[in-house]
Amino acid sequence: MDIQLNAPIDKNKIKELKIGDMVYISGTIYTARDAAHKRMAEALAKGDKLPIDLNDNLIYYMGPSPAREGRAIGSAGPTTASRMDKYAPDLLDLGLGGMIGKGKRSKEVSEAIVRNGAIYFAAIGGAGALLSKAIVDSEVVAYDDLGTEAIRKLKVENFPVIVVIDPKGNNLYEEAGTLYNREKK
Amino acid sequence: MRDIDVSLVTQTVRDMCIDVNHELSPDMKEAFNEACSKEESELGKQIFKQLQQNLDIAKADKIPICQDTGMAVFFVKVGQEVHFVGGDITEAINEGVRRGYTEGYLRKSVVGDPLIRKNTGDNTPAVIHYEIVPGDKVVITCAPKGFGSENMSRVFMLKPADGEEGVKAAVVQAVKDAGPNACPPMVVGVGIGGTFEKCAEMAKEALTRPVGQHSDIGYVKDMEEEILERINDTGIGPAGLGGRVTALAVNINTYATHIAGLPVAVNICCHVNRHIKATI
Repeated sequence: MDIQLNAPIDKNKIKELKIGDMVYISGTIYTARDAAHKRMAEALAKGDKLPIDLNDNLIYYMGPSPAREGRAIGSAGPTTASRMDKYAPDLLDLGLGGMIGKGKRSKEVSEAIVRNGAIYFAAIGGAGALLSKAIVDSEVVAYDDLGTEAIRKLKVENFPVIVVIDPKGNNLYEEAGTLYNREKK
Repeated sequence: MRDIDVSLVTQTVRDMCIDVNHELSPDMKEAFNEACSKEESELGKQIFKQLQQNLDIAKADKIPICQDTGMAVFFVKVGQEVHFVGGDITEAINEGVRRGYTEGYLRKSVVGDPLIRKNTGDNTPAVIHYEIVPGDKVVITCAPKGFGSENMSRVFMLKPADGEEGVKAAVVQAVKDAGPNACPPMVVGVGIGGTFEKCAEMAKEALTRPVGQHSDIGYVKDMEEEILERINDTGIGPAGLGGRVTALAVNINTYATHIAGLPVAVNICCHVNRHIKATI
Protein backbone atom coordinates (compact mmCIF):
# COMPACT_ATOMS: atom_id res chain seq x y z
CA MET A 1 0.00 0.00 0.00
CA ASP A 2 1.28 3.49 -0.84
CA ILE A 3 0.94 6.00 1.98
CA GLN A 4 1.72 9.72 2.33
CA LEU A 5 3.36 10.83 5.57
CA ASN A 6 4.33 14.27 6.84
CA ALA A 7 7.56 14.89 8.73
CA PRO A 8 8.03 15.66 11.60
CA ILE A 9 5.80 12.66 12.17
CA ASP A 10 2.68 12.14 14.22
CA LYS A 11 3.32 9.10 16.42
CA ASN A 12 -0.41 8.34 16.46
CA LYS A 13 -0.42 8.14 12.69
CA ILE A 14 2.58 5.81 12.36
CA LYS A 15 0.86 3.29 14.65
CA GLU A 16 -1.16 2.32 11.57
CA LEU A 17 1.91 1.60 9.45
CA LYS A 18 2.93 -2.00 8.80
CA ILE A 19 6.10 -3.63 7.53
CA GLY A 20 6.32 -3.62 3.75
CA ASP A 21 4.23 -0.44 3.36
CA MET A 22 5.61 1.96 0.75
CA VAL A 23 5.59 5.40 2.35
CA TYR A 24 6.20 8.78 0.68
CA ILE A 25 7.54 11.35 3.15
CA SER A 26 7.08 15.09 2.72
CA GLY A 27 8.32 17.80 5.07
CA THR A 28 11.50 18.28 7.08
CA ILE A 29 13.99 15.57 8.03
CA TYR A 30 17.57 15.67 9.34
CA THR A 31 20.69 13.82 8.23
CA ALA A 32 23.27 12.38 10.60
CA ARG A 33 25.71 9.50 10.27
CA ASP A 34 28.73 8.10 12.11
CA ALA A 35 30.69 11.20 13.12
CA ALA A 36 27.60 13.34 13.90
CA HIS A 37 26.19 10.59 16.13
CA LYS A 38 29.48 10.35 17.99
CA ARG A 39 29.40 14.12 18.60
CA MET A 40 25.77 14.06 19.73
CA ALA A 41 26.59 11.23 22.17
CA GLU A 42 29.53 13.26 23.53
CA ALA A 43 27.29 16.31 23.93
CA LEU A 44 24.71 14.28 25.85
CA ALA A 45 27.41 12.76 28.07
CA LYS A 46 28.57 16.28 29.01
CA GLY A 47 25.00 17.40 29.66
CA ASP A 48 25.02 19.76 26.67
CA LYS A 49 22.04 20.51 24.45
CA LEU A 50 21.81 18.73 21.09
CA PRO A 51 22.07 20.92 17.99
CA ILE A 52 18.71 19.66 16.66
CA ASP A 53 15.32 19.05 18.22
CA LEU A 54 14.72 15.30 18.18
CA ASN A 55 11.05 15.36 19.07
CA ASP A 56 9.00 13.47 16.44
CA ASN A 57 11.72 14.12 13.89
CA LEU A 58 13.22 11.61 11.48
CA ILE A 59 16.97 11.13 11.13
CA TYR A 60 18.17 10.01 7.71
CA TYR A 61 21.47 8.12 7.82
CA MET A 62 23.04 9.77 4.83
CA GLY A 63 26.14 11.68 3.73
CA PRO A 64 25.58 13.24 0.29
CA SER A 65 27.99 13.84 -2.56
CA PRO A 66 28.52 17.57 -3.25
CA ALA A 67 25.75 19.46 -5.05
CA ARG A 68 26.41 20.86 -8.51
CA GLU A 69 25.58 24.56 -9.00
CA GLY A 70 21.87 25.26 -8.83
CA ARG A 71 20.97 21.95 -7.24
CA ALA A 72 19.79 21.23 -3.67
CA ILE A 73 22.05 18.24 -3.13
CA GLY A 74 24.19 15.61 -4.85
CA SER A 75 23.66 11.87 -4.75
CA ALA A 76 21.80 11.08 -1.54
CA GLY A 77 21.11 7.42 -0.74
CA PRO A 78 21.04 5.75 2.68
CA THR A 79 24.07 4.39 4.53
CA THR A 80 24.16 1.21 6.64
CA ALA A 81 22.10 1.83 9.79
CA SER A 82 23.72 -0.75 12.07
CA ARG A 83 26.74 1.49 12.62
CA MET A 84 24.41 3.89 14.46
CA ASP A 85 22.89 1.12 16.63
CA LYS A 86 25.14 2.10 19.53
CA TYR A 87 23.60 5.58 19.63
CA ALA A 88 20.02 5.10 18.42
CA PRO A 89 18.30 3.82 21.61
CA ASP A 90 19.29 6.95 23.60
CA LEU A 91 18.05 9.24 20.83
CA LEU A 92 14.76 7.32 20.56
CA ASP A 93 14.29 7.60 24.34
CA LEU A 94 14.80 11.37 23.98
CA GLY A 95 11.89 11.59 21.53
CA LEU A 96 13.34 10.82 18.09
CA GLY A 97 10.40 9.76 15.92
CA GLY A 98 12.23 7.36 13.64
CA MET A 99 15.10 6.65 11.34
CA ILE A 100 15.70 6.14 7.61
CA GLY A 101 18.61 3.95 6.55
CA LYS A 102 19.35 0.54 5.13
CA GLY A 103 20.15 -2.83 6.66
CA LYS A 104 19.56 -4.68 9.89
CA ARG A 105 19.20 -3.15 13.36
CA SER A 106 20.16 -4.57 16.75
CA LYS A 107 17.73 -6.03 19.27
CA GLU A 108 18.32 -2.96 21.47
CA VAL A 109 17.24 -0.61 18.68
CA SER A 110 14.17 -2.69 17.92
CA GLU A 111 13.20 -2.65 21.61
CA ALA A 112 13.68 1.13 21.78
CA ILE A 113 11.46 1.51 18.71
CA VAL A 114 8.66 -0.44 20.41
CA ARG A 115 9.19 1.31 23.77
CA ASN A 116 8.79 4.73 22.13
CA GLY A 117 6.28 3.97 19.38
CA ALA A 118 8.89 4.94 16.80
CA ILE A 119 9.68 3.50 13.37
CA TYR A 120 12.53 2.40 11.08
CA PHE A 121 12.27 2.91 7.34
CA ALA A 122 14.59 1.67 4.59
CA ALA A 123 15.36 3.72 1.50
CA ILE A 124 16.74 1.84 -1.49
CA GLY A 125 20.51 1.55 -1.04
CA GLY A 126 22.55 2.59 -4.05
CA ALA A 127 19.79 4.65 -5.61
CA GLY A 128 21.32 7.98 -4.60
CA ALA A 129 20.69 9.79 -7.88
CA LEU A 130 17.00 8.84 -7.89
CA LEU A 131 16.51 9.71 -4.20
CA SER A 132 18.17 13.11 -4.65
CA LYS A 133 15.22 14.10 -6.85
CA ALA A 134 12.92 13.99 -3.81
CA ILE A 135 15.11 16.42 -1.85
CA VAL A 136 14.20 20.01 -2.69
CA ASP A 137 16.30 21.88 -0.15
CA SER A 138 19.33 21.19 2.02
CA GLU A 139 21.02 23.28 4.69
CA VAL A 140 23.87 22.40 7.04
CA VAL A 141 22.64 23.10 10.59
CA ALA A 142 25.44 21.64 12.73
CA TYR A 143 29.00 20.24 12.68
CA ASP A 144 29.89 21.92 9.40
CA ASP A 145 33.51 20.83 9.82
CA LEU A 146 32.46 17.21 9.30
CA GLY A 147 31.91 17.81 5.57
CA THR A 148 29.59 15.16 4.16
CA GLU A 149 28.97 13.96 7.74
CA ALA A 150 27.58 17.31 8.95
CA ILE A 151 23.98 17.46 10.17
CA ARG A 152 21.73 18.72 7.38
CA LYS A 153 18.14 19.86 7.48
CA LEU A 154 16.42 18.55 4.35
CA LYS A 155 13.14 19.53 2.79
CA VAL A 156 11.72 16.46 1.06
CA GLU A 157 8.76 15.89 -1.24
CA ASN A 158 7.43 12.35 -1.69
CA PHE A 159 10.65 10.78 -0.49
CA PRO A 160 10.15 7.01 -1.04
CA VAL A 161 10.80 4.59 1.84
CA ILE A 162 9.62 1.16 2.99
CA VAL A 163 8.59 0.29 6.57
CA VAL A 164 11.13 -2.25 7.88
CA ILE A 165 10.53 -2.16 11.65
CA ASP A 166 7.05 -0.98 12.64
CA PRO A 167 6.08 0.44 16.06
CA LYS A 168 5.00 -3.04 17.17
CA GLY A 169 8.49 -4.42 16.47
CA ASN A 170 7.66 -6.49 13.37
CA ASN A 171 10.70 -6.76 11.10
CA LEU A 172 10.45 -6.97 7.32
CA TYR A 173 14.00 -8.33 6.81
CA GLU A 174 13.24 -11.27 9.08
CA GLU A 175 10.00 -12.12 7.33
CA ALA A 176 10.63 -11.26 3.66
CA GLY A 177 13.53 -13.62 2.99
CA THR A 178 11.75 -16.75 4.24
CA LEU A 179 9.14 -16.38 1.49
CA TYR A 180 11.71 -16.96 -1.25
CA ASN A 181 14.12 -19.21 0.64
CA ARG A 182 14.61 -22.59 -0.98
CA GLU A 183 17.89 -23.69 0.56
CA LYS A 184 18.31 -27.39 1.14
CA LYS A 185 18.15 -27.98 4.90
CA MET B 1 62.18 1.62 -23.18
CA ARG B 2 59.09 3.73 -23.66
CA ASP B 3 58.86 7.02 -21.79
CA ILE B 4 55.47 7.85 -20.30
CA ASP B 5 54.95 11.23 -18.67
CA VAL B 6 53.10 10.76 -15.40
CA SER B 7 50.91 13.80 -16.18
CA LEU B 8 49.18 11.54 -18.72
CA VAL B 9 48.47 9.08 -15.91
CA THR B 10 47.01 11.89 -13.78
CA GLN B 11 44.67 13.01 -16.57
CA THR B 12 43.57 9.42 -17.28
CA VAL B 13 42.90 8.70 -13.60
CA ARG B 14 40.93 11.94 -13.18
CA ASP B 15 38.64 11.07 -16.10
CA MET B 16 38.21 7.45 -14.97
CA CYS B 17 37.17 8.48 -11.45
CA ILE B 18 34.43 10.74 -12.84
CA ASP B 19 33.19 8.38 -15.57
CA VAL B 20 33.06 5.26 -13.40
CA ASN B 21 30.90 6.98 -10.77
CA HIS B 22 28.26 8.10 -13.28
CA GLU B 23 27.82 5.12 -15.57
CA LEU B 24 28.12 1.38 -15.05
CA SER B 25 29.88 -0.87 -17.56
CA PRO B 26 27.71 -2.58 -20.24
CA ASP B 27 28.01 -5.99 -18.52
CA MET B 28 26.39 -4.61 -15.35
CA LYS B 29 23.51 -3.03 -17.29
CA GLU B 30 22.95 -6.33 -19.11
CA ALA B 31 22.99 -8.19 -15.76
CA PHE B 32 20.33 -5.78 -14.40
CA ASN B 33 18.03 -6.45 -17.35
CA GLU B 34 18.41 -10.20 -17.05
CA ALA B 35 17.92 -10.20 -13.28
CA CYS B 36 14.81 -8.04 -13.51
CA SER B 37 13.18 -10.57 -15.83
CA LYS B 38 14.04 -13.42 -13.43
CA GLU B 39 12.76 -11.68 -10.30
CA GLU B 40 9.51 -13.15 -8.94
CA SER B 41 8.83 -10.72 -6.09
CA GLU B 42 6.64 -7.74 -7.04
CA LEU B 43 8.53 -5.47 -4.63
CA GLY B 44 11.79 -6.87 -6.04
CA LYS B 45 10.74 -5.99 -9.60
CA GLN B 46 9.84 -2.49 -8.43
CA ILE B 47 13.26 -2.12 -6.85
CA PHE B 48 14.96 -3.20 -10.09
CA LYS B 49 12.98 -0.58 -11.97
CA GLN B 50 14.06 2.07 -9.46
CA LEU B 51 17.69 0.98 -9.81
CA GLN B 52 17.46 1.26 -13.60
CA GLN B 53 15.84 4.68 -13.30
CA ASN B 54 18.65 5.61 -10.92
CA LEU B 55 21.24 4.69 -13.57
CA ASP B 56 19.42 6.76 -16.21
CA ILE B 57 19.24 9.82 -13.93
CA ALA B 58 22.90 9.43 -12.91
CA LYS B 59 24.04 9.49 -16.52
CA ALA B 60 21.68 12.19 -17.80
CA ASP B 61 21.95 14.62 -14.87
CA LYS B 62 25.56 13.90 -13.88
CA ILE B 63 24.67 12.79 -10.35
CA PRO B 64 26.82 9.95 -8.95
CA ILE B 65 25.00 6.59 -9.11
CA CYS B 66 25.59 6.22 -5.36
CA GLN B 67 26.55 8.92 -2.87
CA ASP B 68 29.28 6.60 -1.60
CA THR B 69 31.67 7.23 -4.46
CA GLY B 70 34.08 4.97 -2.67
CA MET B 71 37.68 4.70 -1.71
CA ALA B 72 39.56 4.74 -5.01
CA VAL B 73 41.17 1.35 -5.71
CA PHE B 74 43.52 0.81 -8.65
CA PHE B 75 45.07 -2.21 -10.29
CA VAL B 76 48.03 -0.95 -12.30
CA LYS B 77 49.82 -3.34 -14.67
CA VAL B 78 53.08 -1.71 -15.68
CA GLY B 79 54.93 -3.08 -18.71
CA GLN B 80 58.57 -3.69 -17.82
CA GLU B 81 59.64 -1.65 -20.88
CA VAL B 82 57.94 1.46 -19.47
CA HIS B 83 59.93 4.33 -18.01
CA PHE B 84 57.86 6.86 -16.08
CA VAL B 85 59.10 10.45 -16.40
CA GLY B 86 57.99 13.79 -15.01
CA GLY B 87 57.35 12.74 -11.42
CA ASP B 88 56.35 10.09 -8.91
CA ILE B 89 53.83 7.58 -10.33
CA THR B 90 51.97 7.06 -7.04
CA GLU B 91 51.68 10.81 -6.49
CA ALA B 92 50.46 11.14 -10.10
CA ILE B 93 47.66 8.65 -9.47
CA ASN B 94 46.69 10.40 -6.23
CA GLU B 95 46.67 13.74 -8.04
CA GLY B 96 44.26 12.22 -10.57
CA VAL B 97 42.02 11.07 -7.72
CA ARG B 98 42.21 14.52 -6.10
CA ARG B 99 41.17 16.26 -9.33
CA GLY B 100 38.55 13.69 -10.27
CA TYR B 101 36.82 13.74 -6.89
CA THR B 102 36.96 17.54 -6.58
CA GLU B 103 36.12 18.56 -10.16
CA GLY B 104 33.60 15.73 -10.57
CA TYR B 105 31.52 16.59 -7.46
CA LEU B 106 32.26 13.19 -5.93
CA ARG B 107 32.08 12.52 -2.21
CA LYS B 108 35.26 12.67 -0.19
CA SER B 109 35.02 9.58 1.99
CA VAL B 110 38.59 9.04 3.16
CA VAL B 111 39.98 9.75 6.63
CA GLY B 112 43.76 10.13 6.87
CA ASP B 113 44.17 7.91 9.91
CA PRO B 114 41.92 4.97 10.86
CA LEU B 115 41.55 6.07 14.50
CA ILE B 116 42.05 9.84 14.48
CA ARG B 117 39.52 9.92 11.60
CA LYS B 118 40.01 13.36 10.08
CA ASN B 119 38.73 13.56 6.51
CA THR B 120 41.56 14.27 4.03
CA GLY B 121 39.15 16.43 2.02
CA ASP B 122 40.12 15.14 -1.43
CA ASN B 123 39.52 11.38 -1.22
CA THR B 124 43.25 10.60 -1.26
CA PRO B 125 45.17 8.45 -0.72
CA ALA B 126 44.04 5.74 -3.12
CA VAL B 127 44.73 2.04 -2.62
CA ILE B 128 47.02 0.99 -5.49
CA HIS B 129 48.03 -2.55 -6.45
CA TYR B 130 50.99 -2.54 -8.87
CA GLU B 131 52.11 -5.45 -10.97
CA ILE B 132 55.09 -5.58 -13.34
CA VAL B 133 54.15 -7.34 -16.57
CA PRO B 134 55.83 -7.89 -19.96
CA GLY B 135 55.40 -5.18 -22.62
CA ASP B 136 55.57 -1.38 -22.95
CA LYS B 137 52.04 -0.39 -21.92
CA VAL B 138 50.35 0.59 -18.68
CA VAL B 139 46.90 -0.84 -18.01
CA ILE B 140 45.01 0.93 -15.23
CA THR B 141 41.79 -0.41 -13.74
CA CYS B 142 39.91 2.00 -11.50
CA ALA B 143 37.41 0.35 -9.13
CA PRO B 144 36.12 2.72 -6.42
CA LYS B 145 34.76 0.70 -3.52
CA GLY B 146 31.87 1.69 -1.28
CA PHE B 147 32.03 0.54 2.31
CA GLY B 148 28.47 -0.68 2.92
CA SER B 149 29.49 -3.86 1.15
CA GLU B 150 33.23 -3.66 1.94
CA ASN B 151 32.38 -3.89 5.64
CA MET B 152 30.61 -7.20 5.05
CA SER B 153 33.62 -8.83 3.35
CA ARG B 154 35.50 -11.70 4.98
CA VAL B 155 38.68 -13.79 4.98
CA PHE B 156 38.44 -17.45 6.02
CA MET B 157 41.60 -19.46 6.67
CA LEU B 158 40.09 -22.87 5.90
CA LYS B 159 41.78 -26.24 6.27
CA PRO B 160 42.73 -28.31 3.20
CA ALA B 161 40.28 -30.97 4.45
CA ASP B 162 37.40 -28.46 4.14
CA GLY B 163 37.74 -28.78 0.36
CA GLU B 164 35.38 -27.44 -2.28
CA GLU B 165 32.30 -27.78 -0.10
CA GLY B 166 34.00 -25.82 2.68
CA VAL B 167 34.73 -22.99 0.24
CA LYS B 168 31.17 -22.92 -1.10
CA ALA B 169 29.68 -22.90 2.39
CA ALA B 170 31.99 -20.07 3.50
CA VAL B 171 31.03 -17.86 0.56
CA VAL B 172 27.30 -18.47 1.04
CA GLN B 173 27.64 -17.78 4.78
CA ALA B 174 29.42 -14.47 4.12
CA VAL B 175 26.59 -13.40 1.81
CA LYS B 176 23.92 -14.41 4.32
CA ASP B 177 25.67 -12.48 7.09
CA ALA B 178 25.88 -9.46 4.78
CA GLY B 179 22.16 -9.63 3.95
CA PRO B 180 20.50 -6.27 3.35
CA ASN B 181 23.52 -4.29 4.63
CA ALA B 182 25.51 -4.88 1.45
CA CYS B 183 22.81 -3.48 -0.89
CA PRO B 184 21.84 -6.63 -2.81
CA PRO B 185 21.74 -7.66 -5.60
CA MET B 186 25.45 -8.08 -5.05
CA VAL B 187 28.44 -9.09 -7.09
CA VAL B 188 30.63 -11.48 -5.10
CA GLY B 189 34.39 -11.56 -5.66
CA VAL B 190 36.20 -14.59 -4.30
CA GLY B 191 39.91 -15.33 -3.97
CA ILE B 192 40.95 -18.90 -3.22
CA GLY B 193 44.53 -19.87 -2.39
CA GLY B 194 47.73 -17.87 -2.06
CA THR B 195 48.36 -16.35 1.36
CA PHE B 196 46.26 -14.24 3.74
CA GLU B 197 46.79 -11.03 1.76
CA LYS B 198 46.98 -12.63 -1.70
CA CYS B 199 43.49 -14.13 -1.48
CA ALA B 200 42.02 -10.79 -0.40
CA GLU B 201 43.63 -9.00 -3.33
CA MET B 202 42.40 -11.71 -5.73
CA ALA B 203 38.86 -11.35 -4.39
CA LYS B 204 38.98 -7.61 -5.02
CA GLU B 205 40.37 -8.02 -8.54
CA ALA B 206 37.74 -10.68 -9.32
CA LEU B 207 35.11 -7.95 -8.95
CA THR B 208 36.61 -6.15 -11.94
CA ARG B 209 36.01 -9.11 -14.27
CA PRO B 210 32.91 -8.47 -16.38
CA VAL B 211 29.74 -10.05 -15.01
CA GLY B 212 28.86 -13.07 -17.15
CA GLN B 213 32.48 -13.85 -18.03
CA HIS B 214 33.46 -17.02 -16.17
CA SER B 215 36.79 -18.39 -15.02
CA ASP B 216 38.85 -20.20 -17.68
CA ILE B 217 39.32 -23.12 -15.30
CA GLY B 218 36.55 -25.68 -15.75
CA TYR B 219 35.92 -26.63 -12.13
CA VAL B 220 36.15 -22.99 -11.01
CA LYS B 221 33.50 -22.00 -13.55
CA ASP B 222 31.27 -24.77 -12.16
CA MET B 223 31.82 -23.46 -8.64
CA GLU B 224 30.93 -19.91 -9.74
CA GLU B 225 27.65 -21.17 -11.12
CA GLU B 226 26.80 -23.41 -8.17
CA ILE B 227 27.60 -20.77 -5.54
CA LEU B 228 25.51 -18.19 -7.42
CA GLU B 229 22.57 -20.57 -7.41
CA ARG B 230 22.97 -21.27 -3.70
CA ILE B 231 23.17 -17.54 -2.94
CA ASN B 232 19.99 -16.92 -4.90
CA ASP B 233 18.30 -19.77 -3.04
CA THR B 234 18.68 -17.78 0.21
CA GLY B 235 15.77 -15.57 -0.86
CA ILE B 236 17.41 -12.39 0.55
CA GLY B 237 16.44 -10.61 -2.68
CA PRO B 238 16.82 -7.06 -4.01
CA ALA B 239 17.51 -4.60 -1.17
CA GLY B 240 17.20 -7.55 1.23
CA LEU B 241 13.42 -7.37 1.01
CA GLY B 242 12.92 -10.90 -0.30
CA GLY B 243 13.16 -12.26 -3.82
CA ARG B 244 14.79 -14.51 -6.34
CA VAL B 245 17.85 -12.38 -7.14
CA THR B 246 20.34 -11.82 -4.32
CA ALA B 247 23.51 -11.82 -6.42
CA LEU B 248 24.21 -11.04 -10.08
CA ALA B 249 27.47 -12.97 -10.29
CA VAL B 250 30.16 -14.85 -8.39
CA ASN B 251 33.65 -14.27 -9.80
CA ILE B 252 36.43 -16.50 -8.47
CA ASN B 253 40.20 -16.09 -8.91
CA THR B 254 42.61 -18.79 -7.69
CA TYR B 255 46.34 -19.11 -7.00
CA ALA B 256 48.78 -21.71 -5.72
CA THR B 257 48.84 -22.12 -1.95
CA HIS B 258 50.72 -23.87 0.88
CA ILE B 259 50.33 -27.59 1.71
CA ALA B 260 48.84 -26.63 5.08
CA GLY B 261 46.30 -24.03 3.97
CA LEU B 262 43.17 -23.09 2.07
CA PRO B 263 42.70 -19.31 2.34
CA VAL B 264 39.39 -17.94 1.02
CA ALA B 265 38.49 -14.27 0.75
CA VAL B 266 35.01 -13.00 -0.04
CA ASN B 267 34.84 -9.40 -1.23
CA ILE B 268 31.24 -8.35 -1.48
CA CYS B 269 30.19 -5.54 -3.79
CA CYS B 270 26.76 -3.95 -4.04
CA HIS B 271 24.88 -3.61 -7.34
CA VAL B 272 26.90 -0.45 -8.02
CA ASN B 273 29.87 -2.56 -9.10
CA ARG B 274 32.08 0.11 -10.64
CA HIS B 275 35.13 -0.71 -12.73
CA ILE B 276 36.72 0.94 -15.73
CA LYS B 277 39.93 0.18 -17.60
CA ALA B 278 42.33 2.37 -19.59
CA THR B 279 45.48 1.48 -21.49
CA ILE B 280 48.30 3.97 -21.93
